Amino acid sequence: MMNHFPVWKNLMIVMTLVIASIYALPNIYGEDPSVQISPLRGAPINNSLLSKVKNQLDESDIAFLKAELSESQVLLRFNHTNDQLKAADIIKATLGNNYVVALNLAPTTPQWLRSLNASPMYLGLDLRGGVHFLLEVDMQAAEKQAVDRGAGDIRQFLRENKLRYLSVIISGSDILIKFRNPEIHDSAVSQLESQFRDWEFKPDVNTSSTPTLTAKMSAKELKNIRDYAVQQNIITLKNRVNELGVAEPVIQRQGDSRIVVELPGVQDTARAKEILGATATLEYHMVDTKHSLASALSGRVPIGSKLYNSRDGGQVLLKKQVIVTGNEIIDASSGIEGDTGSAMVSVSLDGPGGKKMSKTTRENIGNPMAVVFIENRTDTKMVDGELVRYKTVVEEVINVATIRGHFSNRFQTTGLDNSAEARDLALLLRAGALAAPIDIVEERTVGPSLGQDNIDKGFNSVMIGFVLVLIFMAVYYKTFGLFADIALAVNLVFIIAILSLLQATLTLPGIAGIVLTVGMAVDANVLIFERIKEEIKNGNSPQASIHAGYEKAFSTIADANVTTLIAALILFGFGTGPIKGFAITLSIGILTSMFTAIIGTRALVNMTYGSSQIDKLKI
Amino acid sequence: MSNQNTFKIDFLSKRKIALVFSVLLIIISIASLATSGLKKGIDFTGGTLVELGFAEPVELKGLRELLAQAGFNGAVVQHFGSSKEVLIRLLPDGALNTAALSNKVLSAVNSGFAQQGELRRAEFVGPQVGEELQEDGGLALLYALICILIYVAIRFEYRFALGSVAALAHDVIITLGFFSVFQFEFDLTVLAAVLAVIGYSLNDTIVVFDRVRENFRALRKGSPVDVVNISLNQTLTRTIMTSMTTLLVLIALFVLGGEIIHDFALALIVGVLVGTYSSIYVASPITLALGITKADLIVVKIDQDELDKIP
Repeated sequence: MMNHFPVWKNLMIVMTLVIASIYALPNIYGEDPSVQISPLRGAPINNSLLSKVKNQLDESDIAFLKAELSESQVLLRFNHTNDQLKAADIIKATLGNNYVVALNLAPTTPQWLRSLNASPMYLGLDLRGGVHFLLEVDMQAAEKQAVDRGAGDIRQFLRENKLRYLSVIISGSDILIKFRNPEIHDSAVSQLESQFRDWEFKPDVNTSSTPTLTAKMSAKELKNIRDYAVQQNIITLKNRVNELGVAEPVIQRQGDSRIVVELPGVQDTARAKEILGATATLEYHMVDTKHSLASALSGRVPIGSKLYNSRDGGQVLLKKQVIVTGNEIIDASSGIEGDTGSAMVSVSLDGPGGKKMSKTTRENIGNPMAVVFIENRTDTKMVDGELVRYKTVVEEVINVATIRGHFSNRFQTTGLDNSAEARDLALLLRAGALAAPIDIVEERTVGPSLGQDNIDKGFNSVMIGFVLVLIFMAVYYKTFGLFADIALAVNLVFIIAILSLLQATLTLPGIAGIVLTVGMAVDANVLIFERIKEEIKNGNSPQASIHAGYEKAFSTIADANVTTLIAALILFGFGTGPIKGFAITLSIGILTSMFTAIIGTRALVNMTYGSSQIDKLKI
Repeated sequence: MSNQNTFKIDFLSKRKIALVFSVLLIIISIASLATSGLKKGIDFTGGTLVELGFAEPVELKGLRELLAQAGFNGAVVQHFGSSKEVLIRLLPDGALNTAALSNKVLSAVNSGFAQQGELRRAEFVGPQVGEELQEDGGLALLYALICILIYVAIRFEYRFALGSVAALAHDVIITLGFFSVFQFEFDLTVLAAVLAVIGYSLNDTIVVFDRVRENFRALRKGSPVDVVNISLNQTLTRTIMTSMTTLLVLIALFVLGGEIIHDFALALIVGVLVGTYSSIYVASPITLALGITKADLIVVKIDQDELDKIP
C-alpha cells in the first residue's frame, strides 16, 4: 500500500505555510523611536501640520528618518532616542494644547507587508512596560450627589410655583417634603409629578395637617446616573491621559462600576499615577479680606470663614461660601496671554455656574478669589481585625487671583509664573471636574527596563526549550524525529502568525504558554510514532504501519487536546490580564499543533516514504 | 499479535503501595494547607509590591532600617533574582495603603539611601479586588474540574470520568500542598500554572484511558486488571517521552525565564511529575476499583449494532 496525499491537500499545506510566514514576518523587523501626533478637540491633521512640524524640526537641527501622515495622526521616525525626546519637547511647544504628542516605538514593517494588514504581535504591559489601573467609581457618592441636586431642584420649583413648604430634607436616598397643609400637598403632587418625571412621588396618606411627600428616584434614573458617573469619569480620564501623552492608551468600562486604564510605554509611572489617581473636585471661594490672617492663625477664625493650607506652604483665610464647584467647570486650558506673553489658564463654566460666577464677580471687583483643590483619597486600616476602607479629604488652595472685571461663564486666570504652572493648574481644574470620586483598586506597573528584561528572558527560554526538544526528538526518533522538528518549527511560525493577525496581547505568561505548547506539541507526534512502532512490531509492513499509526492515534490526540483546550478556555474566561495571555497562547498552540503534528508531519512522511517500497523505517 | 496480551511491568501489582503513597502525600498536603496555608501573593491578599533595580549590589539591612524609619512598618524586603534587585512588599495593614504607596516607597529610598533605585515594577491590589481574584480563581478550578468530568463522562464512561477527576484533584492538592509545605509564593500566575497542570495531567490520563477503552474492546482474554496493565505498558514510552519534552522546556523556563516566571515554572514542573504519576497510579486504579468491566464499554457498541439491525 502507498501513502499519498491528494494534490489539493499538499497545496493547502503549502498555502497555509506561505500565509502564516507572511503574517509572522513583521515580527523580525525592529522598531524606530518615534513621535506620534494625534489631534484633540477636532484639530486638523493635514499636510500643513506635517510641514509645520517638519520645518520646526529642520530649524532645530533634529534629523528625522521619515514623517508619515495618516488620517488620524502624524508619525515621525527617528534614528535615536535622544532625537526623539528632543523632538517631542519641541513639537509639544509648537503645537500647544490641541494635539497629543506621544512617544512611541513604531514598527519598521515594510510597506508591502503593511498593505496586507500584517503587523507585529501586540506586546502586553509586562513586556513593553507601562501602567495598568483598575479604578472603581464611588457609586454611593454619585447617587448622593444626584439626590442633593434633586432636592435643590425641587426646592427651587416649589418656590417658583409658590407652593409653600415647611422643609425639604434628604433621608438616605429619599427626599422628604413637608407642606403647610394638605391642599398645597395635593396640588404639589400633581405639579411635581409632571415636572420631575425621573422621580417617583409617594403622597402622604395619613391626612395630617402638615403632610409629608416622599420622593424617590426611579430605578431607570438610578441606572442612568450610575452609567453617567462611569461615562463622565471615562471622559475625564481620557482627558487626563491625553495630557500625559500616551501613544496607545486603553480606557474601558469593566462591569458595572469599574474602569480599566492601560498606559503602555509610560516612562514616568509616578507622574501617571499622580494624575490619574488623584480623585478630586474643586471649589471657588472668595478670600476673606475683612479679617486679618494673623488673628485667624492665632486661633480666632471668624464665623463664616475658614483657614486653608496653600500649595506653596502658607495659609489663606477664605470665606466658607462656595461660588462654584468643579462640577460646573466644562473645560480649562492653559495658554499664553496675547498682550503680556505671560502664562494663563482659560476656564469655561456651565450655565448655572456662569450665573453664580456672574453674580459674585459683579459685587467683588478688585477682590481676590481662590481656587481650593479637594482631593478624596481612600485609605485602608484595620479595625478589630477587619480591613476597613475610609476616606480622607485633603484641601489645598492652588491659586489666588484678583477679580479684574465682571465675568460669567468664560474667564482667564493670568499672572502665573510660567507655562508649566499654567499647564498644571489647567490640568487640576479639569481633574476637579469629576462627577463621582474614583479610587484605584488595582495597579500593575512595569518599568521599561523590566519589560525589556522580560522580553529577553522569555525569548531565551523559548529558544533554549525549543532547541532542547528538537535535539531530543531527532535523537530518539531519527528521521521521523526530524519531521516532528520541522512541524514544531512550523507550529511556532503559526502561533506567531495567528497572534500577529488577531493582534492578541502577548504577555510574559503568554510566552510561558508558547514554551509549554512547544513541550506538549510533540505529544501528538510521540503518540503517532509510538503507534507506528507498535504496528511494525506486530509485523505489519512499513507503509501499512504508517497508515495505521496516524489513523489510530488520531482519536487519542483529539480527546487529549480537547480536554486541555477546555482548561485553557476556562482560564481565559476567569483570568485577568496576563493570565488571559497565557490562555490565549495555550489555546492557539493546541489548535496549531494539531494541524502541524498530524497533517504537517504526514505530508513529510508521505513525501519521503509514500511512493517507494521500503523495508525499514528510521523511527 | 504476539505481545498484545503480555506486559513487561506489572504496574498494578504495586497499586496498594501507590495508594498509601498518594494518601500520605494528600494528608501531608491537606494538613499543611490547613495549618500553615498558602503563602498568598498580593494578588490574593491585597497589598503593595515594589521592585527596585540598583546599579550596585544592595545591602538589605540598611534598606530595611531606612524603610522602618520612613514609617513603612512590616515591609518585607528581599533580593529578587540578583543582589541588585530588591523586592519590597507591604501588606494592607495600615492607613498607608493606597496606590500612591509605591511612589512613596520609591521617593523614600531615593532620598535616604546610598544608591538611587529605578522602579522596575509596582503592583497594588486593593483588598476587595484581592478577594475577588481569590474567588474567581477558586471558581475557575472548580469549573475546570466539572467541565472535564462532563466531557470525559460523555466521551468515555462515568467511571473513567470519576477516575480522571480524582487524579486531577490529587494533582491539584499535591501541587498546592507543595507550595504550602515549602512556603513558595502563590499568586495569579501560579494559579494559572495549576490550571495548566489540570490540562496536562488530563492529557496524560486520557491517552491511557483511550488505550484502555480500545483494549477492552479489542482483547478477548484477560481480566480488567490485565487489560489496564497492558494499556499502561503500551502507553508508557509515550508517557515518558512527552513528560520528558515538557519537563525540558519547563526547566528552560525555570532557569532562564526570570524571577517572575520562576514559581510558575516550578508549579508546572511539580504538576507534570505528579500528573505523570497520577495517570498511571491514580486514574486507572480508581476506575478499576469502581468496577469497570469489558461489558461497560462494549455494550454501547452492541446497542448501536442492534439498533441498526432493527428494520
